[in-house]
Amino acid sequence: MLKDITIGQFFPGTSLIHRLDPRFKLIITLIFLIMLFVGDSPIGLVIGAVFTFLSIALSKIKPKLFFKSIKPILPFLIITALLNLFFITGGDVLFKWRFITITTGGIKTSVFMIARIILLISGSSLLTYTTSPIALTDAIERLLSPLKKLKFPVHELAMMMTIALRFIPTLIEETDKIISAQKARGAEISTGSLAARARNIVSILVPLFISSFRRAEELATAMECRCYNGGEGRTRLRQLKSSMCDYIALAVTLLFLAAVIIVNIIF
Amino acid sequence: MNNIIEIENLHFSYKNDYDENAPAKEVLKGIDLKIKKGEFVAVLGHNGCGKSTLAKHLNGILTATSGKVIVAGIDAADEEKLFELRQHAGMVFQNPDNQIVSSIVEEDVAFALENLGVAPDEIRRRVDEALKEVRMYDYRTHSPSQLSGGQKQRVAIAGIIAMRPDCIILDEPTAMLDPQGRKEVMKTIRRLNREHGITIILITHYMDEASRCDRVIVMDKGKVVLDDTPKEVFSHVELLKNIGLDVPQTTELVYLLKQSGIELDGHIISEDECVDALAELLKNKGA
Repeated sequence: MLKDITIGQFFPGTSLIHRLDPRFKLIITLIFLIMLFVGDSPIGLVIGAVFTFLSIALSKIKPKLFFKSIKPILPFLIITALLNLFFITGGDVLFKWRFITITTGGIKTSVFMIARIILLISGSSLLTYTTSPIALTDAIERLLSPLKKLKFPVHELAMMMTIALRFIPTLIEETDKIISAQKARGAEISTGSLAARARNIVSILVPLFISSFRRAEELATAMECRCYNGGEGRTRLRQLKSSMCDYIALAVTLLFLAAVIIVNIIF
Repeated sequence: MNNIIEIENLHFSYKNDYDENAPAKEVLKGIDLKIKKGEFVAVLGHNGCGKSTLAKHLNGILTATSGKVIVAGIDAADEEKLFELRQHAGMVFQNPDNQIVSSIVEEDVAFALENLGVAPDEIRRRVDEALKEVRMYDYRTHSPSQLSGGQKQRVAIAGIIAMRPDCIILDEPTAMLDPQGRKEVMKTIRRLNREHGITIILITHYMDEASRCDRVIVMDKGKVVLDDTPKEVFSHVELLKNIGLDVPQTTELVYLLKQSGIELDGHIISEDECVDALAELLKNKGA
């Protein structure tokens, strides 16, 4: 049952977006976020939306998946919209009843906020949908590598992410086994009162922790046997190579950002 | 130099980390061992006899309390040459899950080479070669979690042979596998030994695996008690039983027959030999 959880939600493919260098994809996503929050006018937001839809179309990933990624934050969206609607004042008053005032300014802000959040979630989902977690880790390691000079443990961080990704399925499988074992001993894990279930989670976590420590120790030995000695002097099998496509994609993104900024200045 | 491994009077004690005054537990009590290049050696012994501890001395995970360990001409106590030593003597452990680092098979096989700073083109070539060697090339882009135990163990072996070691130490590599996985792994190990002349040191619980090696070393309480060809070693049925080991089924049968007064050659270990001997015996009886 736990095995069905998808991790990183990566959907392999060969589209243009899939093939982009993960480093460029990360940077483009960052620029995209800036684009959304700089855009203050409706036209700016439309430009951001066009950019999002264009990218989604190019990725050939089913739009349905993006609705799915928005679904869990719907309550948050509604609350944000309502708060903005009631508490932001400005422009003409459209409706007034006791302490509730709805103004055109409020409507404008809440519509903007919702549009922004939806675009933001869709855009960043696109990054994880089209990039494998391991490629993403690689990209983060390489993009952050200048920080090594400041003694920031970039390689260690990336190695931790790699190992974590590697062991997620293993630990999920193990959790499943422990749950079955505890159920066989009469533990109430999927039944019983909420308090009883919460108490019984301990009986899953403790064995899981112990076995994780044992795994960690064995893995460390195995890594040492394969001459692991930190990031110093390490080479990589997979080289990230940027192509013309990556630079063009980056240029297009920057053009969109420039358009948003120009629109801001004019209007 | 003909010996790839030379061990002289090796002693090792575990210190008690929690209590400095507690007596250290002596695990290895004076081991002398010479292993020739290209040999296929099995190490037997029941739990706690020190066989895994011995293995960990061969690539510098543990260092001797006293005595000398020389592997491929490198003194295992020399910390400066630790990585060189580990390239020469690779190690495979029991649980395949706990030795795979990356979530992509080929990246895991590349791990050791990446650590050693090998150029990317060369890594590519050696990774492909190693994966083909263990017959896992078709799975190179898979995630280890999609593989069976035997397949995972073969990936772990590929990760070691990518370093091109002279010697591979396998610490109960088949203990957690199903019969199919065991067969695959043993076949791979045997091929590496035969075709590439890699020295194999196989620590195992399975007598049938040991009976097919060139040489069997039996350990008990931190000492080597037997060191000979499988035929000779398994003819010491009583000694083996006394230290809590089994013997191959055929040897057991011959031993039991002998006890009830039927003499057969005590050196029989393979099933075919046993069948032949029994057929011979019955024919003679009938005559």
